[in-house]
Amino acid sequence: MDIHEYQAKELLSRHFVHIPRGGLAYSPEQATYRASEIGGGKWVVKAQIHSGARGKAGGIRICKSDQEVCNAAEAMLGRKLVTHQTGPRGKLVSRLYIEETVDIRQEIYLAFVLDRKAERVMIVASASGGMEIEEIAEKQPDSIIRATVDPGAGMQQYQAREIAFGLGLESNLIGKATETLLGCYRVFRDYDASMLEINPLVVTRDGNLMALDAKMSFDENALFRRPEISELRDKSQEDPRETFASDRGLSYVGLDGNIGCIINGAGLAMATMDMIKIAGGEPANFLDIGGGASPERVAKSFRAVLGDKNVETILVNIFAGINRCDWVAEGVIKAIREVGVNVPLVVRLAGTNVEEGKRILAESGEDVIVTDTLAEAAEKAVAAWQAVTMKKAG
Amino acid sequence: MAILLNRNTRVLVQGFTGKIGSFHAEEMKRYGTKVVGGVTPGKGGQTHLGVPVFNTMKGAVRETGADASIVFVPPPFAADSIMEAADAGIKFCVCITDGIPSQDMMHVKRYMRRYRFEDRMKLIGPNCAGIITPGQALMGIMPGNIYLPGRVGIVGRSGTLGYEAASQMKALGIGVSTSVGIGGDPINGSSFKDMLELFEGDEDTDAVVMIGEIGGPQEAEAAEWAKWNMKKPLIAYIAGLSAPKGKRMGHAGAIISAFGESAQEKVEILREAGVVIVPTPAAFGPTVAGVLAEHKKAA
Repeated sequence: MDIHEYQAKELLSRHFVHIPRGGLAYSPEQATYRASEIGGGKWVVKAQIHSGARGKAGGIRICKSDQEVCNAAEAMLGRKLVTHQTGPRGKLVSRLYIEETVDIRQEIYLAFVLDRKAERVMIVASASGGMEIEEIAEKQPDSIIRATVDPGAGMQQYQAREIAFGLGLESNLIGKATETLLGCYRVFRDYDASMLEINPLVVTRDGNLMALDAKMSFDENALFRRPEISELRDKSQEDPRETFASDRGLSYVGLDGNIGCIINGAGLAMATMDMIKIAGGEPANFLDIGGGASPERVAKSFRAVLGDKNVETILVNIFAGINRCDWVAEGVIKAIREVGVNVPLVVRLAGTNVEEGKRILAESGEDVIVTDTLAEAAEKAVAAWQAVTMKKAG
Repeated sequence: MAILLNRNTRVLVQGFTGKIGSFHAEEMKRYGTKVVGGVTPGKGGQTHLGVPVFNTMKGAVRETGADASIVFVPPPFAADSIMEAADAGIKFCVCITDGIPSQDMMHVKRYMRRYRFEDRMKLIGPNCAGIITPGQALMGIMPGNIYLPGRVGIVGRSGTLGYEAASQMKALGIGVSTSVGIGGDPINGSSFKDMLELFEGDEDTDAVVMIGEIGGPQEAEAAEWAKWNMKKPLIAYIAGLSAPKGKRMGHAGAIISAFGESAQEKVEILREAGVVIVPTPAAFGPTVAGVLAEHKKAA
């Protein structure tokens, strides 16, 4: 789960990480009021969306008067911002963060991630801040400092010091840098984060160390014990198709194709999507209905998939272990009769109670294309979709 | 003898008396697994499914002589249960639980390092379908009837995709020595490489099918190991060809975040290491059959 920049900064500032003075605004009037509260003659107006690369997309503007702040706020609020991380649909800007500007002497890149190879929290830092990490890795690979933390002992002072000296910071900044690094680690650990990125962390002209930006993601499996993080969820930043599904306990990821997928198991779901692609189609989504799928759950899955108006064919692929094919078949019939499925439907069933499942589908009299193998299912789904496209084209 | 599990393995069920634990313990017994008892704190002294229930793993191991355990404990408490098993002297543990926080697994892995490598409990999972040695025993949630006993090992992250592979093989009369699900989480007990090492040393296994997916470094690590150390044929499939970067595909670990983590890149790395690639998820059966036929000819 991602949170906004201002929320991440708030968390960090409670753990000795310095941030510029700033305030949140939902309207142009609030934005100008925040600017006057902060004082000075120069502010940054920042669109709060769950994405990086906002600057290039016009989501970060420097303003030199109340009027400019007001204009910038008017231009951003209520619009969708498209960055190279949001996808073509973009993300809605409904909150702005107004911040004082600071004089920058040096920009540093700092991130905490869960490293799967070391199976530990890894700190990644570079004196070449401001760029994205991929760019740094390409242009200045030697500038990247890495350290991992022993989860038993936690991050040590010396590790923070090594990084601070490694970044080439002056000796009067080492103490502040150590405090910042240890503070970040504490936030990461105490709130079950999966990613924390400060880019840039800046050295100001007056010799301070400040987080100018902050991005954080959290481990969804740990939200049960982090209610204060769960509260920060902003559904307006999520794909509405995914929100609908996750509210119903389904694992769904929206994609850009036309063949809707309902499958059990993440691996089989990915493999089926691959098979659709190989057969010449494009999947509209990833959807794992999980184990123990009741007829109601199958029907809900149809609702989630059909919520995407691009879906022109549906492929159901269930390899039942703890699931039961007869329940899935009942769910399919229930969906056809209650939800209304007005696109071609291909169903492949295998495993527990498969014969019973097929019998239910056959006896229902409903228009379902039943197949036995994965290959056949993908081919028939793509053929059905192509027939729909041809018909539309006229 | 297969790997990790056979008909003589003495199994305890952690989270025994719950609905899920009971259901699968019964299925496991029906398949022939030697389930010798279970643990549910507070229910010690009772009898459940014909075997004793214990309050602690230490007590259960002392009374039953169990050497393996399977965890069905809910996510907030599952990491604790794994560590309890290790401390009770269990040698092999399967954790089925889905949804364990990453930091908890980080602690589990750190905790296990207190034991010398030779003595360390082997952990499969979490978030996996378990392990089956067809015709002998099952510790997991997979349907036993789709596996034919035989001489090909299977190791995969995903449960149902493993079923797909096994059933395609069965349709061609190809059997399985042991099938292991290592799970879909970013931090898991055993890696692909760990399992390949065991299969390479197993006299009942002739070839191995590895079913990987996008995300993480484990497939590349396995490829590197196999290139230099594996004499048995290795056949691999990587799921997620159509997955976009930065999107999590159901499994907590299935997200492309670094170079070498996309399906295409993993396939390249494996191919370079001399691994036979299953071109599509519908080609598990024919690809394995082809490799076995060639192997027979060469021998």
